[in-house]
Amino acid sequence: MWRHESPGEGPAGGIDGKTNGAGRRQDAVTHSPDLPEAVRDQAPMLEIRGLRHQYEGRTVLSVPSWDVLRGEASLVLGPSGSGKSTLLNAIAGLATPTEGTIRVAGEAMTGIAPAARDALRASRIGLVLQTLHLIGVVTVRENLRIAQRLAGLPPDDARIDEVLANLGIANLAGAKARQLSVGEAQRVAIARAVVNRPPLILADEPTSALDDANCEKALALLLDQAQATGATLVVATHDNRIRERFAKRLEL
Amino acid sequence: MTLRLAFAYLASRPLATILHVLMLALGVATLAFLLLFTSQAEERLARDAKPVDLVVGAKGSPLQLILSSVFHVDIPTGNIGLEESKAISRHPMVASATPVALGDSYRGHRIVGTDASFLGLYDAKVAAGRPFKEEMEVVVGSEVARRHQLAPGAKIVGSHGLAQTGPGHDEDPFEVVGVLAPTGTVIDRLVLTPVESVWHVHEHHGDAPAKTVPEAPGKKHKHDHDDDEPAKAPPAGPAPGAVPPGMPPALMAASQGGRLEITALLVKYRTPLAAAMLPRLVNSSTSMQAASPAYESARLLDMVGVGVQTLQWFAAIMMASAALSVFVALTSALQERRYDLALLRTLGARPLRLASLTLAEGVTLLVSGVILGLALGHGAAHALGLWLAQSGSWPLAGLAWAPGETILVAAVFAGGFATCLVPAVQAYLSDPASLLAKR
Ligand SMILES: Nc1ncnc2c1ncn2[C@@H]1O[C@H](COP(=O)(O)OP(=O)(O)OP(=O)(O)O)[C@@H](O)[C@H]1O
Ligand SMILES: [Mg+2]
Repeated sequence: MWRHESPGEGPAGGIDGKTNGAGRRQDAVTHSPDLPEAVRDQAPMLEIRGLRHQYEGRTVLSVPSWDVLRGEASLVLGPSGSGKSTLLNAIAGLATPTEGTIRVAGEAMTGIAPAARDALRASRIGLVLQTLHLIGVVTVRENLRIAQRLAGLPPDDARIDEVLANLGIANLAGAKARQLSVGEAQRVAIARAVVNRPPLILADEPTSALDDANCEKALALLLDQAQATGATLVVATHDNRIRERFAKRLEL
Repeated sequence: MTLRLAFAYLASRPLATILHVLMLALGVATLAFLLLFTSQAEERLARDAKPVDLVVGAKGSPLQLILSSVFHVDIPTGNIGLEESKAISRHPMVASATPVALGDSYRGHRIVGTDASFLGLYDAKVAAGRPFKEEMEVVVGSEVARRHQLAPGAKIVGSHGLAQTGPGHDEDPFEVVGVLAPTGTVIDRLVLTPVESVWHVHEHHGDAPAKTVPEAPGKKHKHDHDDDEPAKAPPAGPAPGAVPPGMPPALMAASQGGRLEITALLVKYRTPLAAAMLPRLVNSSTSMQAASPAYESARLLDMVGVGVQTLQWFAAIMMASAALSVFVALTSALQERRYDLALLRTLGARPLRLASLTLAEGVTLLVSGVILGLALGHGAAHALGLWLAQSGSWPLAGLAWAPGETILVAAVFAGGFATCLVPAVQAYLSDPASLLAKR
């Protein structure tokens, strides 16, 4: 069950999967050597072809073709168990799909070494998750610094303060993450996802733990931040409260 | 970042962290202390016993004979006749025979009546003044001089018996003529004087009338603390006369007058063959006994060793259980924070970083435990050393490094590291996707 609502133009065939991702530096400005810059810049932010994922022989996810253009905000919808998390994990390079290819910003996420996937994820993707929030034993600022460090960026407290201020939680910078309320924690998670200005933000059930008011606020912030940094946003949810906020949808 | 996070995790459960460090530390401390103690005791015993191949003294416990005449800790088994001992001195297999006459002490330090060869046994050099020559001249060990600020020219008064508080010999002061350089052996704590001084003091004092009558040597006043002084029978000053060849010079002068006694004779062999012959000869054909310092000190260490080994096992078990509890703690902590680890992976952390994070936590516990343990062990040894030094007995150096400790530290690290490796590998292998997809 999938709908291909916006026709994405993939790059020309034949260059697929030839990149040797393992040798690439984890640097946000590294370009794929086998793609001319013009072609790469025109490529969709996310490009999925023939994707299938099986657990113990059972197919839990099948996406023949789906593209998300740069700057678009899109929604992955489906009931529990329909494979939303599986899809986002595959896009983020946290899981290897059984079949198919995924490209993020023109670079292959599939068919490359695990180290290259981790590097690509660190430099290109910000993740917001429902329960997997923060590292509780350190402060909010420390949580964002860890994200900077793991992306290979120098520590940048000014950027952290800016993001926290944008999300209205500047006062929480020094708080231990485990002392935060659910709504506060979700904001910090959003802050962490955008702090490195990744071109792609993936959000798995970012609002389902929140009450209506917080849900509304968190979603608005997520959309705002994505727009502010020019990031492409993919949100997976079964939360019908937010369905109407997205023009582009993929139903699983 | 890895270390900072590891510290943050440790700090987030302070009680468990402190307990683990303490458990490790106590194990390490106990083992370090025992190693220090035994290695120094062994070294000390070996150094004091090495110059002497055989001790000939009154019959009784051979260990007691060695302890009293070589290590200068226990009371003597009795006395032997000077004449009888001379037979040993003259034996062709004997390279040197040094007399030892005990009985008095100076503020807890034994006054040893002997001859010049005693200094040679321990390679002791005179640091100030000169060696003793005449009766009532003494040379003091470095430790004695340091503790009582003695220099050549000082007069000291011995007290009767080996205890610190025996009755004094006020009318017979000794004159310090020399101070020895430190040797790190028992001689540092002794006061040395010609054997004639000991005879003189007791004759003059008139406190040993019983000994004026020759009696079977080795059978008298055994173990009697205050009555163990050697004595000579008739008051005899230096008397001229023929000197039997091979006789220690210090004994020559007084040997003519009657039955003189010494406590023991320290024998050095001329040939290794003597080890097989001399002890048997002495034990079977004289009323004296022969005891080997090497053998007796090994026996002593064996006896002490049983206790030490028990303690070592105890400490090892303590450390093993500490390691096990660290293992359990790390494994369960890993379970608790598998979401944190998965989160770090989503942020781009490599599996190796998760492994090193887990390892860093364990190794931090390990290092703190070992450092604290070494500090405690050495501190305890140092404190005990200070206390022992005060009581004038064995110095125990707490700030030294026992050879076994390097092995101990290496073993603890190897074991601890191996233990922490298991959860680290678990962290390495943890799959973030399965955590994110399944709740
Ligand atoms: N590690 C795994 N091993 C086996 N099956 C798995 C695993 N992870 C997920 N699944 C199965 O894959 C299917 C899709 O799971 P997924 O978590 O992607 O669903 P979802 O749409 O995100 O559900 P929800 O809305 O509850 O989060 C489910 O049937 C689930 O049981
Ligand atoms: Mg899900």
